[in-house]
Amino acid sequence: MIGTEQGKATGGKEISAENFAFLQQQVYRESGIVLEPGKQYLVEARLAPIARQHGLASVNELCNLLRAVSNDGLRRRVVEAMTTNETQFFREPAQYEALRTTLLGELLAARRSPRPLTCWSAAASTGQEAYSLAMLAAEMGLAANDCDILGTDLAEAVLERARAGRYSQLEVNRGLPAAYLVKYFTRQGLEWILKEEIRRRVRFQRHDLRDSARHLGPFDLVFCRNVLIYFDHETKRRILQLVREAMYPGGYLLLGAVETILDLDHLFERRRVGQAIVYRAR
Amino acid sequence: MAKAMVVDDSRAVRLILRRTLEKHGYQVYEAGHGKEALAVLDQHPDVRLMLVDWNMPEMNGLELVRAVRSDPERARIVLMMVTTETEIEQMVRALAAGANEYVMKPFTEEVITDKLRLLGVIS
Repeated sequence: MIGTEQGKATGGKEISAENFAFLQQQVYRESGIVLEPGKQYLVEARLAPIARQHGLASVNELCNLLRAVSNDGLRRRVVEAMTTNETQFFREPAQYEALRTTLLGELLAARRSPRPLTCWSAAASTGQEAYSLAMLAAEMGLAANDCDILGTDLAEAVLERARAGRYSQLEVNRGLPAAYLVKYFTRQGLEWILKEEIRRRVRFQRHDLRDSARHLGPFDLVFCRNVLIYFDHETKRRILQLVREAMYPGGYLLLGAVETILDLDHLFERRRVGQAIVYRAR
Repeated sequence: MAKAMVVDDSRAVRLILRRTLEKHGYQVYEAGHGKEALAVLDQHPDVRLMLVDWNMPEMNGLELVRAVRSDPERARIVLMMVTTETEIEQMVRALAAGANEYVMKPFTEEVITDKLRLLGVIS
């Protein structure tokens, strides 16, 4: 952080190779997510707070505890902490620009009957993506019941935060246009609280991307960004297939900047809108 | 080379912002307060982006934003406030005066680059 006192660095011993392998195995089994070698720093950052809360001196001790006792609650917390998707408001602005100028209008016009536009933020994390879309819809003059937005995530803890719609100064500083901040948030001490008019536009519920999402959809628009990168190739393929099954033909899928639809060209058609790449469901 | 200016009474903050802008190909001028910034603008009218602190001696950031916006020839300069002022009322005043964006201190480099990307002044 620049412009303030540096936060104290967290101390503690580094995680052992054996314990890292143990966590890789646990996370893969519970979530299908692959923790790549070199992500030791992430393990330290995410799990040190949990270790401290349990009165343990290090992440190594936390691993020992996980091995020693059968504690589903703790195991789930550890997996959730490791698989939380980093997010921010209006990440990859070119995609939001494509939605604003082209895609939302097209999707609204393509509906065969008067129904709300259905949107899915598939790795919603703490809600910034779903709420960015909600703010964009509000700015475009869409009423709350014209645009139904669902946010899902594997981790219940982040969904609780998403529902609360409370963000730190750093979180609202990142990517959120100041004009939206002053219009849609109120400040309470160090926290910024999203106004009810935006919060009520989004629902959040738990969902594992490896399960069918048919019952949640069908969707006109799906954000599935910066989450596929965590899965192995076969799981990625499967998730993309499940996403497609939950979409209307002609709906749009938005992926992270470094992600692709692999070899699934029979399911999605690649399209460029301005600076953004989007995928149209066939 | 596109030109930018960093206006802040802290040399350390100017240096950090300068380096960030330089990474994105800007030639960067510096000023320690609003009056100095206007003098730099007179010398370099092709500055297209300004990062502006609020609380500075001589002329503060809000007055500087108003001064820049009062000149139609400077209407296209992109102005971003970077300040410790975090009250919504202050943000509203800055935006109303003509600031295009607003960053609250403390910031990280990503905060600055995300906002500049949002403004379309870096890719």
